[in-house]
Amino acid sequence: MAADTETTQTAAPEPAADTPLRLRTVTAEGVLTLAGAAAGALGLDWVLYERVLPFSGVLGFWVSWYALFLVLYTAVAALQWDKLSVRDKFCSVAFTTGGLLATAIVIDQVAYTLVRGWAAVKFPRFFTQTMADEGPLSPIQVGGVAHALVGTLEQILLGTALAVPLGLLAALYLAEVGGRAARPVRTLVDAMTALPDIIAGLFILAFCVLTLGLPKSGFAASLALAITMLPIVTRASEAVLRIVPGTLREASYALGGSQWRTVLNVVLPTARSGLATAVVLAMARGIGETAPVLLVAGYARGMNTNPFHGWQTSLPLYIYYEVTSPVPDDKIRAFGGGFALVLLVLVLFTIARRIGGGAPGELTRRQRRRLEKQDAARQIEAGQRLTNSGAAEGAEA
Amino acid sequence: MPAEANTRIMPPALPEDTPRAIVAHHSTGDRIFRGTLRASGWSVFVITGLILAFLIARAAKAFRFMGVRFLTTSSWVTLSPQHFGIAAILPFGIMIALIALIIAVPTGIAIALYISEYAPPRLKRSLIAVIDLMAAIPSIIFGLWGLLFLEPRIIGFDSWLGRHLGWIPVFNFRQNTSVAADYAGSTFIAGVVVSLMVIPIVTSLSRQVFSQAPQGEREGAYALGATRWGMVRTVVLPFGRAGVIGATMLGLGRALGETIAVTLIITPAWDFNFRVLQAGSNSIASRIAVDFPSFPQGGSMGLSALMAAGLVLFAMTLIVNTIGAIVIGRSRSGLATAD
Repeated sequence: MAADTETTQTAAPEPAADTPLRLRTVTAEGVLTLAGAAAGALGLDWVLYERVLPFSGVLGFWVSWYALFLVLYTAVAALQWDKLSVRDKFCSVAFTTGGLLATAIVIDQVAYTLVRGWAAVKFPRFFTQTMADEGPLSPIQVGGVAHALVGTLEQILLGTALAVPLGLLAALYLAEVGGRAARPVRTLVDAMTALPDIIAGLFILAFCVLTLGLPKSGFAASLALAITMLPIVTRASEAVLRIVPGTLREASYALGGSQWRTVLNVVLPTARSGLATAVVLAMARGIGETAPVLLVAGYARGMNTNPFHGWQTSLPLYIYYEVTSPVPDDKIRAFGGGFALVLLVLVLFTIARRIGGGAPGELTRRQRRRLEKQDAARQIEAGQRLTNSGAAEGAEA
Repeated sequence: MPAEANTRIMPPALPEDTPRAIVAHHSTGDRIFRGTLRASGWSVFVITGLILAFLIARAAKAFRFMGVRFLTTSSWVTLSPQHFGIAAILPFGIMIALIALIIAVPTGIAIALYISEYAPPRLKRSLIAVIDLMAAIPSIIFGLWGLLFLEPRIIGFDSWLGRHLGWIPVFNFRQNTSVAADYAGSTFIAGVVVSLMVIPIVTSLSRQVFSQAPQGEREGAYALGATRWGMVRTVVLPFGRAGVIGATMLGLGRALGETIAVTLIITPAWDFNFRVLQAGSNSIASRIAVDFPSFPQGGSMGLSALMAAGLVLFAMTLIVNTIGAIVIGRSRSGLATAD
């Protein structure tokens, strides 16, 4: 403190604190150019598309609006800026629309399914009934997804139980053993992530059902799900295991830990939240798979709670059969099933985001609070021990 | 003193230095552990091998029956005058995948560039979540949405393309019509829906590669006076080229194998043509999904024919995906995830 004041006294007066130069602030010109081009394109598009030229269709309108918007924006920008910045602005706008488009499509799909599904879901019995009593002329109030919900949950849990241990071990192989020999494994796992999902069903059909004689059942479906989930679990877990800092492993080795001890006590606990995210994300992907289940689960209209015996329906399968049915009410039921499926995916996805997201070893707020509490308790205990021993010494003296 | 010592005691000419081989001796526990991990890792190969073996075994009957004609026959009749082949369903499926890629690759790259280069940090995280969510939306939901939301809205655009750009061969149309049914269930609509399912793959893989472009070179580009686009064009894009190619290949694999959404949208057609706007299309995966319920017995020719089609699809996507994965692996090696 004293040293500080001395230096400031002798040295030149301190300059004002640096304020970082703000790059790319939003300027009035930028915003107005954008808005002007958008509005101009809208007007021009309306005149051309609806009045002058004989076009029709909502989608075509917006596609041409976007094309006109880009042209107008470039033209207006060219009036005020040089060529380089015009190109730069053009690319920024084009890429930004890409991001907006993706968000819009996701929101649209989720919202469309939820809104259309509401017509079926607003009758709460939809979630407690099966299709067993439903005939082609039954009103929408009869028939529900209870059996499909049960089937989906059982199949996804069984599939996860099968895929996660193997996927996690394979990921550990890629991340912890590694080496040259692991490269083909990683390549094949990468390739398998984009493998056609119907092939998994076809394989289980050829292998388990036709050759081993396993009947078509929920279990056969979960085997097929496990095959589609395996590469996803492996890829995602490997990515998480890779960012566990090497220094932690080295510290464990330096303390004499063997490799399996290190993996069990250091690597896996550090990566726990990330691994949980990987598993839940794979569940979210697996729960919506129709094609693998289509061939081997059979299709039951009634409740079947035993995945090992008899045909079982899952939600995607339910939707598929309902939407391909010619009865109009069945389309509404399909959207009701879609409502349930989208909700399940959203819930799983939110859980995955909640538990994961942070880097390995980074604590959630609750974990941090618990640690702080433990620390405080330990300090209090230590303090008491000190005072106790002090008191004891005093008594002795 | 040290100098003297140096001159007097010359070390005898040593053989060339060879680095000492470092051999880690693993304990028994570690050896078992590593063996288990290795076995689990290689089990992926076992599974792929099993898939190939069983598809071949089950497809043998159909291959023996049709021989080379399996590749040249357009129709798919597996009941008594058996006559089936992939000459129509394979090229239709490839057309759907190509349309999907033509839409998905530029869009995916644009989104990836926006996320990695343009988006503010807070938006970046939520956009990555949106792309992940897009990958997690079930294909049956894409199918529902495509069939009942997109199709009625896109048909106007279709007929506009057909009427005004009909002189371009692919937009050509059998007859000049604006009847909606003539445009429904076309290769183009299926391609658009599949493209939405390919976008997350292309986006997330390219984004990972783009974000690894070296910071020093980015700053170098800015220091030389580049605009942001100039920096992207000269640093990020060349750096990510291999990753984008690999992502495109993996996207192609996904698009070729897409089943349910395509099945819901297309109306089956059996004479292959390049008129993508015209009603009627096909693909191997959707053929399997549609045809399967008619063949519950194991030994039937119909099922064997489906297995044969599945084998072609599996072999094709496996090759495309493996090339893609190798390209991606190359672009990744030597970076953050070096072995």
